[in-house]
Amino acid sequence: MAFEGLAERLQETMSKIKGKGKVSEADVKTMAREVRLALLEADVNFKVVKQFVNRVKERAVGQEVMKSLTPGQQVIKVVNEELTDLMGREESKLEQAEKPPTVIMMVGLQGSGKTTTAAKLANYLRKEKNRNPMLVAADVYRPAAIDQLNTLGKQLNMPVYSQGTEANPVDIVREGVEQAKAENHDYVLLDTAGRLHVDETLMEELQGMKDAVQPDEVLLVVDAMTGQDAVNVAEHFNEQLSISGVVLTKLDGDTRGGAALSIRAVTEKPIKFAGMGEKIDQLETFHPERMASRILGMGDVLSLIEKAQTNVDEERAKELEKKMRNADISFDDFLEQLEQVKSMGPLEDILGMIPGAGKMKGLKNMQVDESQIGRVEAIVRSMTKAEKQDPKLMNASRKRRIAKGSGTTVQDVNKLLKQFEDMKKMMKQMSSMNGKKKGKGKGGMQLPFMR
Amino acid sequence: MNFFKKLKDRVTAQTDTVTSKFKDGLEKTRSSFAEKMNDLAARYRTVDEDFFEELEELLISADVGVHTVMELTEELRTEVKRQNVKAPKDVLPVISEKLVAKLDYSGEDYELNMNDEGMTVILFVGVNGVGKTTTIGKLAHQFKSENKNVVLAAGDTFRAGAIEQLAVWGERVGVNVIKQAEGSDPAAVMYDAIQSARSKKADVLLCDTAGRLQNKVNLMKELEKVKRVISREVPSAPHEVLLVLDATTGQNAMTQAKTFKELTDVSGIALTKLDGTAKGGIVLAIRNELNIPVKFVGLGEGLDDLQPFDAEQFTYGLFQELVEAGDHKAE
Ligand SMILES: Nc1nc2c(ncn2[C@@H]2O[C@H](COP(=O)(O)OP(=O)(O)OP(=O)(O)O)[C@@H](O)[C@H]2O)c(=O)[nH]1
Ligand SMILES: Nc1nc2c(ncn2[C@@H]2O[C@H](COP(=O)(O)OP(=O)(O)OP(=O)(O)O)[C@@H](O)[C@H]2O)c(=O)[nH]1
Ligand SMILES: [Mg+2]
Ligand SMILES: [Mg+2]
Repeated sequence: MAFEGLAERLQETMSKIKGKGKVSEADVKTMAREVRLALLEADVNFKVVKQFVNRVKERAVGQEVMKSLTPGQQVIKVVNEELTDLMGREESKLEQAEKPPTVIMMVGLQGSGKTTTAAKLANYLRKEKNRNPMLVAADVYRPAAIDQLNTLGKQLNMPVYSQGTEANPVDIVREGVEQAKAENHDYVLLDTAGRLHVDETLMEELQGMKDAVQPDEVLLVVDAMTGQDAVNVAEHFNEQLSISGVVLTKLDGDTRGGAALSIRAVTEKPIKFAGMGEKIDQLETFHPERMASRILGMGDVLSLIEKAQTNVDEERAKELEKKMRNADISFDDFLEQLEQVKSMGPLEDILGMIPGAGKMKGLKNMQVDESQIGRVEAIVRSMTKAEKQDPKLMNASRKRRIAKGSGTTVQDVNKLLKQFEDMKKMMKQMSSMNGKKKGKGKGGMQLPFMR
Repeated sequence: MNFFKKLKDRVTAQTDTVTSKFKDGLEKTRSSFAEKMNDLAARYRTVDEDFFEELEELLISADVGVHTVMELTEELRTEVKRQNVKAPKDVLPVISEKLVAKLDYSGEDYELNMNDEGMTVILFVGVNGVGKTTTIGKLAHQFKSENKNVVLAAGDTFRAGAIEQLAVWGERVGVNVIKQAEGSDPAAVMYDAIQSARSKKADVLLCDTAGRLQNKVNLMKELEKVKRVISREVPSAPHEVLLVLDATTGQNAMTQAKTFKELTDVSGIALTKLDGTAKGGIVLAIRNELNIPVKFVGLGEGLDDLQPFDAEQFTYGLFQELVEAGDHKAE
């Protein structure tokens, strides 16, 4: 049994309470339980879950259900808004010292990914920001920790400052930063040993290091798979070191990563980067909204809901559907559809947003060529009103005019006309097939912008 | 009353250093579970839905696993109804009853499966950074102090400094480490290691592998290959495939256990980092659902910080405050 996302969880509940005007208290209660389970399964700390669910309940009860939404969808909408509020909406950047070098200190539990992330950040700073960073090996405890950083430094062709394992970490970072200054490095990344947040001696050592070099960033590196304890870890590190941000590692795994939410809730510090693999270039800026939907496994149902309700007028959709059934669709209708589809965002994303769509065989492999849409659109826009209504009018000179007007070629115009005719034929076939068995036409319906 | 009392008596009766070491480690893992339980019992006049919800949270906070917890509280609800229990303090014995049933102490064997006929090969697997290499170092030390001839295989040829790390452990413990250059084929390293360990007449070969997330198909295939090579060279091997789990890990540990078991036939778990505040309760769910026993627990970064798993002590540590809360109530 894989993880059940919130969307799947709520589907059943939702279908039971469809078509009411208001979200009732009872509805909210049933749904709140599902939301709670989904969050707990995603490893969000139970205290955070509790606060969160209460807020959702308060907000959702008695809400007017939007015309185009079911009460279930309405609740998801509230959940998502709250979640996004909690995660934050904005990506946050690294601090920069007024006077270089900017000093960044990595801290965290054992094995969370500090050393790897230090190297990744150095790489990022040089590649993306054109900086000249230096690494400092201040982990004198873990066997071969310095070797590890040295190897990474070699891979990056970047200097690593170290004093061996006999030196004191406070001295190492102090002298490391001095050396960086002397050598005109604008960034210094300090790798520290992993330690337990309850290890007083080692936490004091970190404070000593912090006092010695006054880092511009103290980044807590946390494993995305962390469970309920994430709250304790983050609280302790934050209390004792006043961290400036968080890096969430191993997000390339299949964990939901609820720890992200827990950490945000208790520290209110931004998550700045996400580790997406073991390789040195697998570091990404953290996107809070993406994390919100990952945690809930909603596959963005919500954005679909929102987009659908603003973009598709239901009446008009019905009319179109009827037209399609009768296969008397015109280029005008076609254009309108195209507009709608476009304003809903990338097609592949939209397909991904539809719960269950991922499981449908055909859809999974469907590839959409976005650049083609623009071209198709341009061609249609270059047609006259009459041409749009009745493509049969099309002759060689008209086609030349359209190609010129749309910056395409006559072949492109021909191709579109042909596909449009095919589409109409297909519609005819489909409507005559209606009621009979759903035959699988070879390849299915081929829209002009599909590959 | 109860199972807990018995458990407590049994655990406190054991006075050897192992127990005290184990308890020292677990000491830190206890939070204010007791307080919360007392609190809970005091705050609720009757056993109602809110009470159950809070109880669920108490259990969930130990990472026991949502599914297991829900099952447990569902049974509790039924039982409470059946026995017509009204007062929260009277629920405690029912909880312990149910826990016994869930945890199933039926004398499982936590010993390592050793090869009586020759060299024992133990393969270590797990996701990144959980403590595979460290656990190998600790276990090597244990075997060494039992006068066994131990060889280590540096099968992590990928991560920067991984080979050096194992080499340092080898030096510390005073055992041979078979290694090749970084980037070489891990299966080839294993092949080499087996030949070399054989010629050295080793009793035990401990095989390190690179950390890999269970959803990385290619890396998991690579691991299967490593295991295949071992079985080909020593037909009864590997005698143990130990999955190393980090106690800090939440629900994902279940997916880890499932996938690694499926692909490498995991025979036991080493649960590391129990010296922190995380409780590692997910191993209960893992045992429940997948029936993989925990064989070792890691309680620190030192040579001696590995202990054989003791289910009773573990549960005692997990629920100790609950036990004491129960005792307290009973007085
Ligand atoms: N898949 C994946 N693995 C990662 C990521 N970040 C780090 N790792 C791996 O996690 C393991 C631990 O990483 P390290 O950088 O050594 O962790 P650390 O925090 O420095 O560890 P200590 O110094 O022992 O406390 C290594 O195997 C890394 O390759 C990531 O984003 N994704
Ligand atoms: N506190 C504590 N730390 C531990 C324990 N076991 C391992 N560690 C630490 O966790 C970190 C990672 O341990 P490793 O042995 O390198 O983990 P690994 O699974 O081999 O990591 P990769 O090979 O990178 O996947 C190191 O800093 C270890 O010292 C434990 O039981 N308690
Ligand atoms: Mg490190
Ligand atoms: Mg290792």
